[in-house]
Amino acid sequence: MVQADQPSGPSFGPVPAPAADGLGEGTALAFRDVTCVRGGRVLFERLSFAVPPRGAALVTGPNGIGKSSLIRVAAGLLRPVSGEVGGAAVRTLMGEAAALDSVRPLRDALAFWAALDAEPTDPQARVARALHAVGLSHIAEVPVRLLSTGQRRRAALARVVASGAGLWLLDEPANGLDVASVAMLERLIAAHRAGGGAVLIATHLPIALPDAQTVMLG
Amino acid sequence: MTGLGALITRDVRIAWASGGIVNALAFFLLVTILFPFAVGPDTALLARIGGGVIWAAALLAALMPVERLVGPDAEGGVLDQLSVRGFSMPTVAAAKIAAHWLGFGPPLMLATVVAAGLLGLSAQTLGAVELGLLIGTPGLAALAVATAALVTGLRGAGSVAGLVMLPLAVPLLIFGAGSIDGGVGALKLLGAVSLMLLAGAPFVAGAAMRSALE
Repeated sequence: MVQADQPSGPSFGPVPAPAADGLGEGTALAFRDVTCVRGGRVLFERLSFAVPPRGAALVTGPNGIGKSSLIRVAAGLLRPVSGEVGGAAVRTLMGEAAALDSVRPLRDALAFWAALDAEPTDPQARVARALHAVGLSHIAEVPVRLLSTGQRRRAALARVVASGAGLWLLDEPANGLDVASVAMLERLIAAHRAGGGAVLIATHLPIALPDAQTVMLG
Repeated sequence: MTGLGALITRDVRIAWASGGIVNALAFFLLVTILFPFAVGPDTALLARIGGGVIWAAALLAALMPVERLVGPDAEGGVLDQLSVRGFSMPTVAAAKIAAHWLGFGPPLMLATVVAAGLLGLSAQTLGAVELGLLIGTPGLAALAVATAALVTGLRGAGSVAGLVMLPLAVPLLIFGAGSIDGGVGALKLLGAVSLMLLAGAPFVAGAAMRSALE
């Protein structure tokens, strides 16, 4: 469990909490009475929901309502003003920016991150599998700066796949993807959930998520 | 810790690939070449002020890459990804200081040999300058990273960085230039200032980077 007022920020690991408070090990992610304020404006107030393993939550709402902020709160990047964020799963984030070194080949740029993941298995093998999963194996040696917008988004998705994390936090993952790539995204999410993983997705584009709960903001 | 090593390697690689190291060295040598033009070809005078000239040039060269030390990583989501992977921002800042020094300190000390030749410094003076730079450049690197973190996200970050960093670097300049003929006392004070900057900068930079995340 991570207290909202905890001063040290970013160590957001798999923290088991006693089951009695509803934020126990059985939950991948749990928000309890979370209030988020940005620039003096209340984005959401006393928000509570939980995502179990194999579960999915879809964050929807109009532009500027705080979908991305909710994802950042879940990732531990943004401290809520009150409430608790808990859950046992290791998190990984797909944000707006690609965060891949532009001059390096795609494979190496992804391997840098894979080596820093909590997953102990060989990073190179994980990256190779992830590149295959998002259909970018053929451009593994191409420098990141030459990738198109859609390919960059798929590369960011490959980093999520390669992380082996239990909880995927995806901020507008369908942005810049063509129809076939959105279908691929849906397949990857389904496979992740089938393997016991959970997802929290903020999106304004339609993504098919069977049995997903909806977190409606605004 | 392998993660720290990976961060340092990445930053040194980026510094080389972006040409930042070569640019800073060229700038350093140009500044030292400008001085003889400004004060005239008086060998005795140049030999006397040469050590101080090298220190001032080193300070300006350290300022050159400040804009690319933290800003691109904050905008590009790199700090987000590191934070999600459990890195604390002071740790990231410490790695950046180490990487910045590796890419800047030793090459600068090599370039100083060339600059000493251009200014006609004696071997003894060159030795004193090199020893001072060895002690002082880690502090300079720490100050550069802290400044870079503080000005991240500001418009015109580069010019603001100069205003923030140069006054804080004055103690390094005083004791660094003073150590050339001032002996051991100035060297000890230079070491103290450098250590203080090294100890404090990761936390200052870390706090600034943390607030840039939010």
